[in-house]
Amino acid sequence: MREQLGLLKEKAEKELSQCKRLDDLNAFRVKYMGKKGELTKILRGMGKLPAAERPVMGQLANKIRDSLENKIADLTEKLKKKEMEQSLLAESIDITLPGIGPELGRQHPLSLVIEEIEEIFLGMGFMIEEGPEIELDYYNFEALNIPKDHPAREMQDSFYLSPEVLLRTHTSPVQARTMEKMRPHLPVKIIVPGKVYRRDDDATHSPMFHQVEGLLIDQVVRFSDLKGVLLNFAQQMFGADQKIRLRPSFFPFTEPSAEVDISCVMCKGTGCRTCGQTGWLEVLGAGMVHPRVLEMGGYNPEEVSGFAFGMGVERIAMLKYGIDDLRLLFENDVRFLRQF
Amino acid sequence: MLVSWKWLNELVEIKKTPQEIANLLTMSGIEVEGITFGLADSANLKVGLLKEITKHPQADKLVICRVEIGIAEERTIVTGASNVKAGQKVPVALPGAVLVDGKQIERAVLRGVKSEGMLCSAVELGMDVEKIPAEQKKGIYILSDTVSVGDNVVEVLNLDDVILELELTPNRADCLGMLNIAREVAALTGGKLKLPLVKGSEEGHECAQMAQVDIEAKDLCKRYVARLIKDIRIAPSPLWLQQRLMAVGVRPINNVVDVTNYVMMEMGQPLHAFDYARLQGKKIVVRKARENEELVTLDAQLRKLYPDMLIIADAEKPVAIAGVMGGLETEVTTKTKTILLEAAFFHGASVRRTSRTLGLRSEASLRFEKGVDVEQVRLAADRAVQLLAEIGAGTPVEGCVDSYPGREERQPIKLRIEKVNQVLGTALTPETMEEKLKALHIKVVEKNKAGWLFLPPSYRRDLVYEVDLIEEIARLYDYDKIRTTLPEGVTTQAIRTAEQKLRQQIRKTMVAQGLLEVLNYSFINPQQLDFLGIPEEHALRDVVTIQNPLSEEQGVMRTTLLPGLLSTVQRNVNNRNKNLKFFELGQVYFAHGFPAKQKLPMEKWMLAAVSTGEKEKTWAYEAKKYDFYYLKGVLENLVERLGVTANDLCWEVVTDLPGFHPSRTALIKLKGKKIGILGEIHPWVLEKYEIEQRVSMLNIDVEKLGAEEREQKVFVAPLTKYPAVTRDLAIVVSEEVVAGAVAKLIKKEGGDWLSEVRLFDLYRGQQIQEGYKSLAFSLTWQAPHKTLTDEEVNNLHQKIEKALQKEFSADLRH
Ligand SMILES: [Zn+2]
Repeated sequence: MREQLGLLKEKAEKELSQCKRLDDLNAFRVKYMGKKGELTKILRGMGKLPAAERPVMGQLANKIRDSLENKIADLTEKLKKKEMEQSLLAESIDITLPGIGPELGRQHPLSLVIEEIEEIFLGMGFMIEEGPEIELDYYNFEALNIPKDHPAREMQDSFYLSPEVLLRTHTSPVQARTMEKMRPHLPVKIIVPGKVYRRDDDATHSPMFHQVEGLLIDQVVRFSDLKGVLLNFAQQMFGADQKIRLRPSFFPFTEPSAEVDISCVMCKGTGCRTCGQTGWLEVLGAGMVHPRVLEMGGYNPEEVSGFAFGMGVERIAMLKYGIDDLRLLFENDVRFLRQF
Repeated sequence: MLVSWKWLNELVEIKKTPQEIANLLTMSGIEVEGITFGLADSANLKVGLLKEITKHPQADKLVICRVEIGIAEERTIVTGASNVKAGQKVPVALPGAVLVDGKQIERAVLRGVKSEGMLCSAVELGMDVEKIPAEQKKGIYILSDTVSVGDNVVEVLNLDDVILELELTPNRADCLGMLNIAREVAALTGGKLKLPLVKGSEEGHECAQMAQVDIEAKDLCKRYVARLIKDIRIAPSPLWLQQRLMAVGVRPINNVVDVTNYVMMEMGQPLHAFDYARLQGKKIVVRKARENEELVTLDAQLRKLYPDMLIIADAEKPVAIAGVMGGLETEVTTKTKTILLEAAFFHGASVRRTSRTLGLRSEASLRFEKGVDVEQVRLAADRAVQLLAEIGAGTPVEGCVDSYPGREERQPIKLRIEKVNQVLGTALTPETMEEKLKALHIKVVEKNKAGWLFLPPSYRRDLVYEVDLIEEIARLYDYDKIRTTLPEGVTTQAIRTAEQKLRQQIRKTMVAQGLLEVLNYSFINPQQLDFLGIPEEHALRDVVTIQNPLSEEQGVMRTTLLPGLLSTVQRNVNNRNKNLKFFELGQVYFAHGFPAKQKLPMEKWMLAAVSTGEKEKTWAYEAKKYDFYYLKGVLENLVERLGVTANDLCWEVVTDLPGFHPSRTALIKLKGKKIGILGEIHPWVLEKYEIEQRVSMLNIDVEKLGAEEREQKVFVAPLTKYPAVTRDLAIVVSEEVVAGAVAKLIKKEGGDWLSEVRLFDLYRGQQIQEGYKSLAFSLTWQAPHKTLTDEEVNNLHQKIEKALQKEFSADLRH
């Protein structure tokens, strides 16, 4: 019996080592361990043995069976892995075929820039105010210290809809409207994005364009605060290394007034064609709110002070994205729009 | 305003370069826009005398000149110019000279004749042809007889001057005169002023006996000064005077005109000279024009005068339009013996209106418009008289007539020391402030605790308020030196309002779905409404009209975004981009009774989207049309994103919407309220826009969409852990039965647990009778609290089937 088992083990192990596929393994299992399998037969024949031999032989036979089972399991694992690898090889794809993701839409560059400016000023605590584009002469000019016949009206040739109503020439009338609405509440801290209109149409002027206005009125607001807020804005908008430069200027609704330059975004201040070799780019007008404007808005200039600023969105978009032709912004050519 | 560097140096001591002065001016608020440097080379550009001119033996168009360029020094020069004559003095560029275009002159042989240099034209010398006499514009520039042979042409013609171009802000009209620019430079550099000495005239004397001034329109003329000069000899001005004028952009004409222009450029005060003999009654009347008066102006045009125009008249009739243009009849000519010189202050707005009405704008009218210095009107007249005498143009008549009804005492301005530092955020001392103001000739008149009183010079009419003085201090102190701080007030929270958030969300959602945002002008050509077939009385015809449009293309404010989007499609299709999907979020404008009602027109936010063409077939999927259903899906996604379920949208057939396809257009309602339309553009409209492919358009009232969104609160539905059961349902119905109605009935009959009804197939053709279609739905049931049994689902399914059979005579397919 022992001899028989030994031979069987030897034979089975040899056969097992020759199994190359899962099917072979199954056949092997049936042959030795199935209901009529060779090992099963021996185990069944155990009853015929003398009682004293039975435990020893039983133990031996079980040991052989366990060992075979383990080997089958190991081999099954190995073969499965191998077969899967082979079948995956047959599933190869051409990874260089184009992707089929959804199409991307784009925001218009001007709306992108306005949104970015809004985010920066929201972060500094400025609310967004809006006002009508079709505006009364009073708010567009008079409430901003630009009476009839003021030479400054010439700087802004307007589209008139009636003698007293025009398309606003700047977003500044919303300053006056907001003051009227909020007085005597402090602070008034707003920015005003929006469309504005002037009778100009050439390579560098569009009859419709966009501005963002800013206004802060509080108990004490200083010129130095204006510098701080604008520097903060310039650095967030154009990069942390941005510098600003303020030059005296004139606006009827601010005094002192300033033109604000930022260091050239193209050459970083060393001088190039974009900045006319100066290293500076004019992007903003600003100043301390004129006492007359505060008065007309219902605030006492002896008790409050404020600053205001305004910027052209087109100019900033052109600098930010390196757009050299203003007209591209209003032609809505898909080849242009897809670049943002 | 052009500034001659040489002239400026005569008025103020300067130790800096033109570039340095330009920077200083720019940083103090007087922007220098450009600097033009003249010719640098000088040694080889000489005054030559044409001794003899002979024909070139080999060339018809060339001549050979023998030119004297110094004592016993002659050169032979070949030229092609036809305006040269022997005896003339001309600019000669000798070998080695570099002209304005960078060209270096060399010896040459022209058709066999040696040429030792070149005779120069104005352009070659870098002169601005706009500023030189007409006859000098072409050919060789002919020099004045008074220059000496061999002299340096650069010096003679002032070609090496540097010109600064100033861009002045409207408040600094005072800098329209060289003297005040010199004063500004002196304030910035500390340089010494060297102002011309002018001998002032006294009122009365002979002048007052010879002429009378009567200001009737005292509201439009604050001051009028008349002076007389007799023994007038009209001649060209001396070269230095001509050069000054040319340098600052004024064309020399004759000594009298040149002097008036010179004083205008120097002091900012325009002057006008009348032929005294032609003034009837020897009288100047400053008044408004009368009905039906006319005047032939200097340009020989007969001008109709309107009663609101300020004019200068003699005893009988108009002789000049005040500040704008003189009359032809009283023009100074070579026959003039005596002139009456006018220096006046005319009201700026009046001059502006008149010059605009007549389309006549000049250096003079510009200065009146911006405001001249009323205190120096007489000094300007005296300066001109003195100059005329100096250059020998005439003999001054003693005295003057000075009518000054508009005299005003200028009030000092109070300045509080602490206010200066409070406004600027600085810590300047009172001494610094006073020093800065003093440099600008703003004098202290009183110092007390409440504040110091300052009196600005008469030419600084822009200084009125305390803040004006504060700006002057800051300007001279240098804005750059002011520190940078952040506002110290209460920090406020800032967020977008609900409307602003809504618009942002709409924009983001449209972009996320693959549409490109566009921006069109707010004005349209009213003809575009005709293109859309909008009937006369339609609401979209309630336009606001622009009174002074740039063109008819931009004649009215848009009442719809459609024309802009259609034009956008047209342009892109023309560029061969045929697969397009755009949206625009913008305002439209309705008159709403404007201008009759005293109310502003209505402005309203709209969202419009347009799609055409297709998402092109690729290796992986079939082409997908950008059609009605594309935009419908876009809108459904949008409203879902805004917190409304697409099921709340209701689509109604509309057959008569102007501009839209009669059987492919829907009225969109959200919970019963009309929010917009979606449809294909009518082929007739597309024909007008020359678009040869179908275009679909969505048009939504943002406010109405928003009102719904704000009412809506988004609650997250709990996720059920019980399994979903899916059943397919296929039916054949007649073509008249619309899919939406079938889906609606399915939902109604399917019970609360029917969570999704998805149409996955629509089929017409083989095996389906003509006039019928097959619809296949996938229905999903899912209960939140239990596993649904097959029996439950089967019952519901049967209930649906029965209802469909009954309602739509649906033929069930299993
Ligand atoms: Zn640059």
